[in-house]
Amino acid sequence: MLLLEHLWILLALPLAGAAANGLFGRHWSKRTVDAVAVGASGLAFAAALELWREFAQLTAAELPWVRSYFSWIVAGEFRADFALQVDQLTLVMVLVVTGVSWLIHIYSTGYMAGDAGYARFFAYLNLFLFFMLLLVMAANYPLLFVGWEGVGLSSYLLIGFWFLRKSAADAGKKAFIVNRIGDFGFLLGIFLLYWTFSAADFRSVFAAVRQMPVETEAGVLTAIGLLLLAGAVGKSAQLPLYVWLPDAMEGPTPVSALIHAATMVTAGVYVVARSAVIFVHAPLAQDAVAVIGCLTAVYAATIGLVQTDIKRVLAYSTISQLGYMFLACGVGAFAAGIFHLMTHAFFKALLFLAAGSVIHALGGEQDIRRMGGLRRKIPWTYGTMLVATLAIAGAPLFSGFFSKDAILFAAYASGQQLLWGLGTLGAVLTAFYMFRLIFLVFHGQPRFDEQAVHVHESPRVMTVPLVVLAVLSVVGGWLAAPKLWGGADLLERFLTPVLEAPAWLAAFPAEELHALELRLSGAAVLAAALGFLAAWWLYLQQPEKPAMLAARYAAPYRLLWNKYYVDELYAAAVVRPLLWLSERVLWQKVDVAVIDGAANGAAHTARRLGDQLRRMQSGNARSYAAWVIVGAAIVTAALVWWVQ
Amino acid sequence: MQFFQDHILSVILFTPTVGAILMLFIRGDRENVHRWMGNLFGMLGFLVSLPLVIRLGENWNTFNPALTDFQFVEDVEWIPSIGARYALGVDGISLLLVLLTTLLGAIAILSSWSAITQRVKEYYILMLLLQTGMLGVFLALDFFLFYVFWEVMLVPMYFLIGVWGSDRRLYAAIKFFLYTLAGSVLMLLAILGMYFTYAQQTGVYTFDIRTLLEAVPGFSPALQQWLFWGLFFAFAIKVPMFPFHTWLPDAHTEAPTAGSVILAGVLLKMGTYGFLRFSVPMLPDAVKEYSQIMVWVSIVAIIYGALVCMMQKDMKKLIAYSSVSHLGFCTLGIFALTPHGLSGSLLQQINHGLSTGALFLIVGVLYERRHTRMIADFGGLSTPMPGFAAIYLIVSLASLGMPLLNGFIGEFTILRGVFEVNKHWAAWGVVGIVLGAAYLLWLYQRVMFGHVTHEENRHLPDLNLREYATLVPLVVLCFWIGIYPKPFFEIIDPPMHRIVNRVNPGYYLVDPVKPLPAPSAETGTTSATPGSAAVPPQEQR
Repeated sequence: MLLLEHLWILLALPLAGAAANGLFGRHWSKRTVDAVAVGASGLAFAAALELWREFAQLTAAELPWVRSYFSWIVAGEFRADFALQVDQLTLVMVLVVTGVSWLIHIYSTGYMAGDAGYARFFAYLNLFLFFMLLLVMAANYPLLFVGWEGVGLSSYLLIGFWFLRKSAADAGKKAFIVNRIGDFGFLLGIFLLYWTFSAADFRSVFAAVRQMPVETEAGVLTAIGLLLLAGAVGKSAQLPLYVWLPDAMEGPTPVSALIHAATMVTAGVYVVARSAVIFVHAPLAQDAVAVIGCLTAVYAATIGLVQTDIKRVLAYSTISQLGYMFLACGVGAFAAGIFHLMTHAFFKALLFLAAGSVIHALGGEQDIRRMGGLRRKIPWTYGTMLVATLAIAGAPLFSGFFSKDAILFAAYASGQQLLWGLGTLGAVLTAFYMFRLIFLVFHGQPRFDEQAVHVHESPRVMTVPLVVLAVLSVVGGWLAAPKLWGGADLLERFLTPVLEAPAWLAAFPAEELHALELRLSGAAVLAAALGFLAAWWLYLQQPEKPAMLAARYAAPYRLLWNKYYVDELYAAAVVRPLLWLSERVLWQKVDVAVIDGAANGAAHTARRLGDQLRRMQSGNARSYAAWVIVGAAIVTAALVWWVQ
Repeated sequence: MQFFQDHILSVILFTPTVGAILMLFIRGDRENVHRWMGNLFGMLGFLVSLPLVIRLGENWNTFNPALTDFQFVEDVEWIPSIGARYALGVDGISLLLVLLTTLLGAIAILSSWSAITQRVKEYYILMLLLQTGMLGVFLALDFFLFYVFWEVMLVPMYFLIGVWGSDRRLYAAIKFFLYTLAGSVLMLLAILGMYFTYAQQTGVYTFDIRTLLEAVPGFSPALQQWLFWGLFFAFAIKVPMFPFHTWLPDAHTEAPTAGSVILAGVLLKMGTYGFLRFSVPMLPDAVKEYSQIMVWVSIVAIIYGALVCMMQKDMKKLIAYSSVSHLGFCTLGIFALTPHGLSGSLLQQINHGLSTGALFLIVGVLYERRHTRMIADFGGLSTPMPGFAAIYLIVSLASLGMPLLNGFIGEFTILRGVFEVNKHWAAWGVVGIVLGAAYLLWLYQRVMFGHVTHEENRHLPDLNLREYATLVPLVVLCFWIGIYPKPFFEIIDPPMHRIVNRVNPGYYLVDPVKPLPAPSAETGTTSATPGSAAVPPQEQR
């Protein structure tokens, strides 16, 4: 039981890697940097596996398994320990995070080879892994917040990794600040939690919440839920705080894969699932989760339809898929949300890495209008990316099929048919924009200068992680396969102790449930097929059509192309007025003109007064005599008045 | 050794003065001797303060947080005719501020080595005298002595700005001097008010702070209110609270680097120290009466300071306004009048000293290389100065409240204390945290990221060993407080609890740990009434 007793080892491994490469990496050879970084993340993954083995021997009574290492904040009666915990949810997250992270570390040794900041890159990447593990292993909200802010910091550093580019530095800053706006809610949520329960550790809080009745109208739990949701919306790039994620694509592609697709952005989903007890007791807050998630899923997918930067398409796709996870949590199917989180981690990481391989092959090109016909030249990339596309589109037996199905089923069965309808519409759009991407990149005629660009398949260190992820993108969903035959979803069952099954599930008789499930699966497959056929027809059969359509429907096309002008709206409504207020009003008017004006004015008056008084001491005897007489007159008058 | 144990506070207080006196006898043109002497006594001043917390052998008594009285007290007659005494002592409120002062003093002196090239002798003498003045303020247990140090400290600071400052140094120096003087005159009136009222009541003329701490709360409410405003202006100008802050950007901008470090790190804390030591515990009724106003003024300072920060073009001015915002958190915590608010406030004062002190050192590093503080003159410095980039980033993160660094602990504790009084106040405070990230990261980006835009910046040398020596201790402390703040809270908490007991005697009547809501009684605890002012929740129930 080594790791269960010493959970901190999992954190210490990547932290040590980050420290070593950060402090000394500059002077080391690439090989040493690789060994440290890949070794640290690989050992972390091995430790996660060992943790799993040890975890399996625990009895239900011992869960959640909490180990407290030292008291972190002790101020008065407020106490937050540096305490880590393991339960089923944590374990799933730890395995996904360390596994995907290790693969991406390996891939990066090929992708980032030759970059001037090689060691710095891996130091940041290991640092990210440390904070992410802290986030999912923390046993109380304040410590979770440390990981939460820490992954935000790593993300800031990695988005701005190529800091020579202004756009990269801007994007990093934007990500950090937008996340901070979400944190505004998160922090207040923690305060409110503590204020209500006098505790902030999961065990006490959830035990107390379980004793409370479900809030039929807005109460303290609803407030806590909404505040936590604000944080989650920021971190997981949901409406209306999603604007930072597309810009975050300025970071190196492995970073987009690891942080902005597979792990960090799912932290919001994790927090919502972790706080499932609170949301279940606050249906209003939970409905907000569902609505925000569903709207984001469709909204981001529509933007994805027309984008031409390969990474931005994937970014909007990520926002959209995160929306599905929120939708799942919002209708009470937390386990389905985590299931989709896991399969998404596999196929979206794969999509990004494959996109990176494409970019690598074309010498840095990211615009899909200047790609095409790559399928024979980079077959491994093509094959794996196709697998991931089938998975995300929900092709039967691929992982996304199972997890997205579970979500849409939950939306429908919970009685939210409208959300189900929107979700299914989103599935059509997803299949469309993903196959559009595949067709434009890999099929048709090359639209780049074949003489100038030497297209080459990526080295083995990059393709092997692709293949591993491709396998996972298929089999990762099979955990739920028995469901097709009316059996049990293995992951759901594993997570049940933490994430209880939704209440509405009990209302269904088993056979009716299964029939409904099959019908809805059919609908989902149909939706995916529809999207695929549309893309196939528009981009392979009638390649001139998309441009015609864009011209005919210019206004909606421009709206989508410009991402609904939301960035511009925020700039005009928030950023610029705030800067104007700061500079023109507060600084130049209030500070300089009013306050300093008053202070300087007072000084000026004093000087003028002194100047006037000085004139009385002119040295002229006659004027002194005059003053004496005036003074005597005043004193006499005062005396007379006083005597009367 | 026994002498040292008995008179440790006097030793701490006058070590810098001894250095200054010795330097008087050395010829002014032997500049390096003065540099060595200044650093020697700066460092010595820090070292002799360490035994307050580090045992020096079997019989050595370090500071004991469990004791309620002042410790290491020295008390002898000074001016018997008016009852003024030479009385020194520390408690949990002053201990950390004393250590901060000696540490930052040593660092500030070290940072001046190559920055000061003119009137070197006078510079180091004034720096050392400034140390004594500031330490005296924190150590004095006699109001008369306190006032003397409070005023004495103004003089060296005035000259540091006025002589070694940059272009508009005279304007800034006079502004600083007059502003603070105006405040302290009113404080003198308040002190005399206490002095004579106490004499009237008891026939004893004394400035003894311990005596007055017990007696003044018994004065009539009307008198308390007058005394409160008398003290208020002195402290509010020093902090500085909005709208008394406009001397600060000028003084900071014009002062030499070491002056800015001391100004931000220590001088501003004398205002918050005044509130914690005198206003709040001595005048509890008046403080309760005015706490709402104070809180709103603090919130305005937090948001206003942060917004004005955003558009500054001068690095030093930007950091000066950020001090207005950060000190707003400190006063917010004080006037929330809860244990967490007060403890967080004191810790945040230390944090601000460390991280803002470091930020000014960082600007100093750049100023010394390029002789400009304008943000537009920099850009892309990460490439030539990677070591500097790393330290600057950590310090920025500490200042903007990144967890595992010190600022987070302070802000979190303050806001947690404020939240239990009024949720809206806490929400406004958190807005300040969001803005803090914006202006600090934007500053960092404009200075450090991108391509080198000015040729002369292309080959700027990275930090040298001496510069590392000034910054690394601060960074280490930032991490320490961020990761393991417990020892600090152990010192801070007890006196803060005593203050709350004076101001809010009802606070602890109920068990401080609220019981978990019972299955049926949850609505009682959940119907919080925002806007319920300075009444802690325990009283509401």
